[in-house]
Amino acid sequence: MTTGAWHLLGPQASTAAARTDALFLAMLLLCGAVAAGLCTLVVVFSIRYRRGANVDRTPPRDATRLEVAWTLTPLVIFFGIFAWSAHDYVGEQRPPPGALPVTVVAKQWMWKLQHREGRREINELHVPRGEPVVLTMSSEDAIHSFFVPAFRLKQDVLPGRWTRLWFTATEAGEFPLFCAEYCGTEHSRMIGRIVVMPPADFGRWLRSGPAQPSRAQYGFALFRQLGCSGCHDARSTIHAPLLDGIAGRTVHLADGRSVVADDQYLRDSILVPEKDIVAGFAPVMPSFAGQVGEEDLDALVEYLHSTGSP
Amino acid sequence: MSASYLTDGLTIRSWLATTDHKRIAILYAIAITGFFFVGGAAATIIRLELATPAGDLVGHDTYNKLFTAHGVIMVWLFLIPSIPSVLGNFLLPLMIGASDLAFPRINLLSWYLYVAGGLVTLAALFLGGVDTGWTFYTPYSTMFSNTWVTLVLVGVFITGFSSIATGVNFIVTLHALRAPGLTWFKLPLFAWAIYATSLILVLATPVLAITTLLVVAERLFQVGIFDPAFGGDPLLFQHLFWFYSHPAVYVMVLPAMGVVSEVLPCFARRPVFGYRAMAWAILGIASVGFLVWGHHMFVSGQSPAASLAFSLLSFIVAIPSAIKVFNWTATLYKGAIRFDAPMLYALGFVGLFTIGGLTGLFLASLTLDVHLTDTYFVVAHFHYIMVGGAVMAYFAGLHFWWPKATGRMYHELWSRIAAVLVFVGFNLTFFPQFLLGAQGMPRRYHTYPPEFQVLNLFSSAGAGVLAIGYLMPLAYFAWSLLRGAKAGDNPFAATGIEWQTRSPPPTHNFEIPPFVPPRPYDYDAQESGPASGLEVKP
Repeated sequence: MTTGAWHLLGPQASTAAARTDALFLAMLLLCGAVAAGLCTLVVVFSIRYRRGANVDRTPPRDATRLEVAWTLTPLVIFFGIFAWSAHDYVGEQRPPPGALPVTVVAKQWMWKLQHREGRREINELHVPRGEPVVLTMSSEDAIHSFFVPAFRLKQDVLPGRWTRLWFTATEAGEFPLFCAEYCGTEHSRMIGRIVVMPPADFGRWLRSGPAQPSRAQYGFALFRQLGCSGCHDARSTIHAPLLDGIAGRTVHLADGRSVVADDQYLRDSILVPEKDIVAGFAPVMPSFAGQVGEEDLDALVEYLHSTGSP
Repeated sequence: MSASYLTDGLTIRSWLATTDHKRIAILYAIAITGFFFVGGAAATIIRLELATPAGDLVGHDTYNKLFTAHGVIMVWLFLIPSIPSVLGNFLLPLMIGASDLAFPRINLLSWYLYVAGGLVTLAALFLGGVDTGWTFYTPYSTMFSNTWVTLVLVGVFITGFSSIATGVNFIVTLHALRAPGLTWFKLPLFAWAIYATSLILVLATPVLAITTLLVVAERLFQVGIFDPAFGGDPLLFQHLFWFYSHPAVYVMVLPAMGVVSEVLPCFARRPVFGYRAMAWAILGIASVGFLVWGHHMFVSGQSPAASLAFSLLSFIVAIPSAIKVFNWTATLYKGAIRFDAPMLYALGFVGLFTIGGLTGLFLASLTLDVHLTDTYFVVAHFHYIMVGGAVMAYFAGLHFWWPKATGRMYHELWSRIAAVLVFVGFNLTFFPQFLLGAQGMPRRYHTYPPEFQVLNLFSSAGAGVLAIGYLMPLAYFAWSLLRGAKAGDNPFAATGIEWQTRSPPPTHNFEIPPFVPPRPYDYDAQESGPASGLEVKP
């Protein structure tokens, strides 16, 4: 584990961290200078103009230009800071294509993680150095927050929807993982670690451990087991939409809307099927809310992704 | 000469059924002081617990109940009512030459609502306990916490009506009861601040009331509003909550700015610098302050577009605050400055508020906030604003107007020592928390990794100093009531209209109609008085 040239924010271990730290340092210098300047003025005025001191106290003349100056100067500087941080922030939004997918399920008070190839972990996440990783996260109960200080990244994890976080680790080593959103009794015990490994070691690590089906294979098993395939199959006698290659496709709905079948749409279609009825089909599908847990939902969606691309 | 408001009726009933704004202010002061020390006791146990990384003083649940109690009490039962309901109540009619507020009986009602809400809240917090944090985030508060959430929300709900009643009363008073000739731009900035604060209270508090009702509806009747298991949206709660709770920060800090704008010119013997800009800045903060709530939610899962907009607006709301800091500093220029206790507190305010404001810029920056939010950096930031800002100013105001309210001087030396202790203790407590947060220590952690211990020890030690600084005024103010020197009507030679009447004022405030000065803050540094308040003796 190496650290940056300075330690105020702790070790620096992701591509995002370097950018965040640059802005932090700039802000620290700027705000430090402003604070020091104001403090100096207050102290100098307090001493120079203390009651009883023999100094010129002729009131200053009209200072409108000064007032305009100290209104507009901060405004320009603030817009500059905003532009800098907004630029970095927007750049961080989209994970690069081909990022390694990991699902994260948070629950009181633990982190459950699973790699695409099927390997599961609890309160610990192994990732390769130098390769982008994208986390798809949801919660089984309250709101949690996935926080890795060394990556300078944090994202709340919500029940009922997926949130996403991606990063590229730059340093091999172990870094703390915290839950940053208060979630009840053992909130402060909901901690773990991120283990960043050289890519070759990570590959070996991923293949070791007990053999497990990949998430998509597990999802396909669920697809059969829950009876989804009974209707959503070409040979089925029940009139239901075919799902091959559904993920990412545009779907036309009975009420005239068109939506893109993103992960949230797929999730809602399993749990709240009456919400978006596909044009030309009857609303006959039962809800699977309460029967499918967070990890299973994720596996089902992963399976749908594996059935082809739009 | 008629009796002072303090001696006009000596029975308990004459106090509990009073409609005199000055007596109601005293009632508020007593109740608020009680709640302040209860909330402070909770903070003391929290800091003791955090002296070590392990949870060795109290259990997880007790710790969670303690930080919830600390937050709920300090926000709703101390900070929000402190300056408006104590100092505002006492001073607003005096500052505008009126004999009372517009609705004296509603004023008394608002005190009873406050006390009733406060007692219900305390009952919930200490009989059963509540472990949601003062933010009550759903669905934890609605479905997963099995503590006394409903009752504490009832308490907060009732207290909210007290805020609304007080806000309406102040607004009408300022519109209807200003002395003849006292136009808006002759008002002291404290009155401007109370006006803007009242607008926020009236517009934002109903949203809090509705939100608490919705939480209770989901909690008791499983009405699906916030919990996705019932088809609700957990982020909806955060939007509603911060729509109230962010402006609530300005309810705490605008009146504090008002106090400081009275104290600094008086002890610098200079008119406040840029009066009009100061007044407009107050209104600017109050209005733009309604548009920045989403900066509490950058990592919540709200859309990136919303985060961008809220970030930009948060930078814009910092402009009027910056103007105010520059103007206070400029007020000292060419002054004849004396360092009485109120001035020490006010200067402390300027320093601490500046640090609070500057660190707010870090949190308004999107990528920095992603790292810093929900860490001790945020805890330090808002304590610099609320405690370093609002509480310092409350103490500045208490000392400044103490002679007016009681007719006696406080003890100058002891109060200066207390002011310095509070300043030092505050910085020792909260500055290390910036560093903890920057290194990633999450807030609301009962136990923490051992590498954070050194900074936590500094913080806990500072809390001890701070506690002494806060307890000292209890002693020397009590001493002052019995032994303090007689104050005279205007011991600080201040120019506000409230100083034209006697100390303590008669029940109806003014025996002869007050003189409205041609401009506010008509101080002249070239003919200043004695060099030190310590020399002022009867």
